[in-house]
Amino acid sequence: MTEHFKMDAPATDRRLDDMAQGLVGAPLDRPEGPLKVSGTATYADEWQVDGLAHGVLVRAPGNSGRVVLANRNAVARMDGVLAVIDDDRLLRNPAQGTANEAPIQGPHHAAYMGQLIAVVVAESFEQARHAAQSLEVTLEGGTLMPVDPTTAAVEPQESKNLDQGDLDAAMETAAHSVDAIYTTPSHSSTPMEPHASIATWEGDDLTLRGSYQMLKYNRNELADALGIHPDRVRILSPYVGGGFGSKLGLAPEAVAASIAAKQVGRPVSVALQRPQVFEATMRRSETSQRVRLAADAEGRLTGLGHDALVSNLPGETFAEPILQASHFLYAGANRRMSMDLARVHRLCAGSVRAPGEAVGVTALENAMDELAHEIGIDPVELRRRNIPEKDPESGKDYSSRRFREALDSGAEAFGWADRPGVKERREGEWLIGYGMASAARVNVLMESQARVTLLPDGRARVETDMTDIGTGTYAILGQIAGEMLGLPRDAVDVVLGDTALPPASGSGGSWGASSSGTSVYVACQAIRRQLAERLGGEEADLTLKDGSATFDNQTRPLAEILDGDEIVKLAHLQPGDTSDAVRQATFGAYFAEVAVHAASGETRVRRMHGSFAAGRILNAKTARSQCLGGMTFGIGMALTEELAFDPRDGHVANHNLAEYHIAVNADVPQLTVELLEERDDWANPMQAKGIGELGICGAAAAITNAIFNATGVRVRDYPATLDKVIAGM
Amino acid sequence: MRPFDYARAATSEDAARQAAEGATFIAGGTNLLDLMKLEVMAPSALVDINRLDLNQIEEADDGGLRIGALVTNSDLANDTRVRKHWPVLSRALLAGASGQLRNKATTGGNLLQRTRCLYFYDRATACNKRDPGSGCAARDGFNRILAVLGTSEHCIATHPSDMAVAMRALGAEVETLKQDGSTRRIPLGDLYLLPGDRPDRETVLEQGELIAAVTLPAPVEGRQIYRKVRDRASYAFALVSVAGIVAVSEGRITRANLAFGGLAPKPWRNAEVEDLLTGEASSDALFGKAADLLLAEAQGFGANDFKIPLARRTLVSVLRELSQEASA
Ligand SMILES: Cc1cc2nc3c(=O)[nH]c(=O)nc-3n(C[C@H](O)[C@H](O)[C@H](O)COP(=O)(O)OP(=O)(O)OC[C@H]3O[C@@H](n4cnc5c(N)ncnc54)[C@H](O)[C@@H]3O)c2cc1C
Ligand code: SF4
Repeated sequence: MTEHFKMDAPATDRRLDDMAQGLVGAPLDRPEGPLKVSGTATYADEWQVDGLAHGVLVRAPGNSGRVVLANRNAVARMDGVLAVIDDDRLLRNPAQGTANEAPIQGPHHAAYMGQLIAVVVAESFEQARHAAQSLEVTLEGGTLMPVDPTTAAVEPQESKNLDQGDLDAAMETAAHSVDAIYTTPSHSSTPMEPHASIATWEGDDLTLRGSYQMLKYNRNELADALGIHPDRVRILSPYVGGGFGSKLGLAPEAVAASIAAKQVGRPVSVALQRPQVFEATMRRSETSQRVRLAADAEGRLTGLGHDALVSNLPGETFAEPILQASHFLYAGANRRMSMDLARVHRLCAGSVRAPGEAVGVTALENAMDELAHEIGIDPVELRRRNIPEKDPESGKDYSSRRFREALDSGAEAFGWADRPGVKERREGEWLIGYGMASAARVNVLMESQARVTLLPDGRARVETDMTDIGTGTYAILGQIAGEMLGLPRDAVDVVLGDTALPPASGSGGSWGASSSGTSVYVACQAIRRQLAERLGGEEADLTLKDGSATFDNQTRPLAEILDGDEIVKLAHLQPGDTSDAVRQATFGAYFAEVAVHAASGETRVRRMHGSFAAGRILNAKTARSQCLGGMTFGIGMALTEELAFDPRDGHVANHNLAEYHIAVNADVPQLTVELLEERDDWANPMQAKGIGELGICGAAAAITNAIFNATGVRVRDYPATLDKVIAGM
Repeated sequence: MRPFDYARAATSEDAARQAAEGATFIAGGTNLLDLMKLEVMAPSALVDINRLDLNQIEEADDGGLRIGALVTNSDLANDTRVRKHWPVLSRALLAGASGQLRNKATTGGNLLQRTRCLYFYDRATACNKRDPGSGCAARDGFNRILAVLGTSEHCIATHPSDMAVAMRALGAEVETLKQDGSTRRIPLGDLYLLPGDRPDRETVLEQGELIAAVTLPAPVEGRQIYRKVRDRASYAFALVSVAGIVAVSEGRITRANLAFGGLAPKPWRNAEVEDLLTGEASSDALFGKAADLLLAEAQGFGANDFKIPLARRTLVSVLRELSQEASA
């Protein structure tokens, strides 16, 4: 029997607070951590599969025209080559997250340079790579298609537009105002583990060892791409070496491996080469954002405008959701927002590290800094004055929101009071500045299922097709089950990453821990009820701890109560009315100190602090790690990260980790993170909200605001590389 | 990667002979193997020189240093003599690449590493250095990291080495060996060719000519610094770098050795700039004039235009620091 749970009303019982095991919230290590650091966790392309052949994908050398493989027969005869495949079903680009169906398919016409238009299969990887490099690809009848979003054709996204009150009038009558354009470049997720799949067929049944974030969707996407029934497809992804959005939807290598394996009658592995990860997975769209702020003499916002231009490939509907947090972060009666989507022949745009807020909040927070400077008040105070009582557009209540506390507590922890004036502090050749920014991210609950089994010996097993992309799912689900069932953490086995298991929410949008965690919680509640029934009482009166149950002043080991039986519960969580009844989001504040070199314009972040509120924290260590990672991304976004597109054909020119500059250790100083105590009854029965992406949603603005404080230079065009800084000095 | 023959050289002469017959030397392989995987370089044979006895750092009679071609970047940077008497070299080395790469990278390989021009590494694009006559995709493309001095209409690539910039400022020479056992010494400034209309030809070395060592003249008076300006704090090539050795006596500059990285197809040195400074009292006005002279013929190509003001600011800052410290 399946336990159904729909989140229709706030969970005010806060049951987790009554539990006795003390696991939830504890800063426990990730149980699979030692496997990963010792190289014994098997990643997708590392499986030893008998008879494995290797496929290497081939890229289109331009962005339009019919693909011609001039020497394919000669290549097919090269040493070790088993097949040269340009099957109609190869993906043009990856599927978007939660697409649940195949994206546009077909390798015969190029849509962007770098599109993967064929796969060459050979006995060894080296043979396949050499043969792939020997394939002469030409594009017939192609011309250069538009690649520059500022001049390409644009589609207004009218459903995203908002016009409330009269922003123009508010701007005109404002005591203080800001009207500025901020631009952010494209980013690549470029996870450490490149996208890789090994496909094995047994008859008509396909097993794919892949590296994916959302298996139940990926399975349907793969089945749809291949034209087979989803029941025929099993995907295994027990370990994922990072995804950051790029493994939400099915990527080209999975389909290529599946088709190739069928064709050559052997298992086939296809791994993207690093340049292909840059050229043919997902990019975050570049953005151009006009932010308008109107304020009265005291700095109270009377108007807020946010107009964005983003881009994508023709045929793709995803538009970087920049405005998400602009709708609810600050007050202001007169509001206007709009979104345009330019059609360009660059690689597909999709979800990368907190789509929307990562860049949207950043621009908004830069504008807020400009406004504070203009008015002459402390930037923290400006934020405090503009925390709306109710959602400024819908009038709804906020579910829980410790935003003000994050601002105050963060300022205190950082020593914000010591902030120098603009261009005031200098140490030798270094100009020193402080900056801050708010953090905000929407909170989402997604459908999710899990099975929990209480075994006769008193151990428990959690099973779901949920993934752990390095974020701590193994740890957290074990903690929740252990807490609810009164078991030490190591008495719970967590089995993940297999579509044969109950389908989960998947990892993405920061919803994984709370959604899949809730399904585990609900299953455990059902087990608790059954135990109570066995003992002839109520669940509420039952205390479970260290493998024993205490009821009616009597303590008995679980194994004894179970008496050789096992209790199996499958839970099915569905989001419900609480998703719409209130405004649900997570909040925080960042503070950064930078040093800018007076001669070279190089910026070094000297220290950075973040205070965050995201409901109940399920594991203080993994939550902190997520925030550290987000702030590190923020440093890269502020200072170095940019996909550089060739201005003519739009290919990614810096398609390797030497030239695509993510932050390295030397760029990242001591970071500190504070997690505020909070319960959000509207979010789910655990009162936990998503924290995976909160750490990046505005982080870069704290750094560029600090650059202004140090130098007086406003860099509105990200990243703030030294050339842009010295241009203003 | 194309299939290739591999042989280990028994002696330096043997290595030179194999190379004269068409093989390519492999030392640390940190650049060559990357290029072979991309099939930008596709040698039919490799001759492995790693076992040759070329990994000593020896003191020369004239007070200079002789650095074997196989001395790794890590060992050279950490050599106490280098750190004490030629600190600009140690600092330049440590500013380059990463610890792992420096452990593999050799002195000879570092000098002969190829450009990091992104188009050179991408066989789907035009590149005169890779495929002579095909054109230069970088000129109107993404050329942020490329050169502003010494370019030609055929190629605007930079030489990416940090080590070579310091060696150029130090007046290093390269010692080579051919298969017949003959040797020659080439001043580092003469080793590299400017691109002209043959950007595929990068050095004066003949096919099969092995770099055996690099020699440094005796230490000179003056303060030494290496200033590397780059896009992130570590693990990035120089946008602009300056290796400077400046001596000041009684308020006047008595020596100014200045070499530049990130600006040109070779480690750049301009004798006129050094002459302009020598004998003069240090001042910002003087340093500005030196920068003007250095950059008089500089030409940007769009995305790399900023290198011209950046080089100027960096040179002035370096000269200020050197003249201050030296007079202190
Ligand atoms: C990601 C990355 C970042 C880097 N960052 C920097 C940086 O910041 N600064 C910097 O200076 N460098 C940097 N490097 C480059 C690095 O310093 C060079 O790759 C290295 O020095 C090359 O030495 P090697 O011994 O590995 O040469 P190899 O790759 O073995 O050889 C390079 C070339 O030299 C030839 N060769 C080698 N030895 C001899 C010899 N004795 N005689 C004649 N020919 C010879 C080879 O045939 C080959 O053509 C970086 C490299 C990478 C991959
Ligand atoms: S700059 Fe030189 S190396 Fe770069 S593409 Fe042009 S010719 Fe090739």
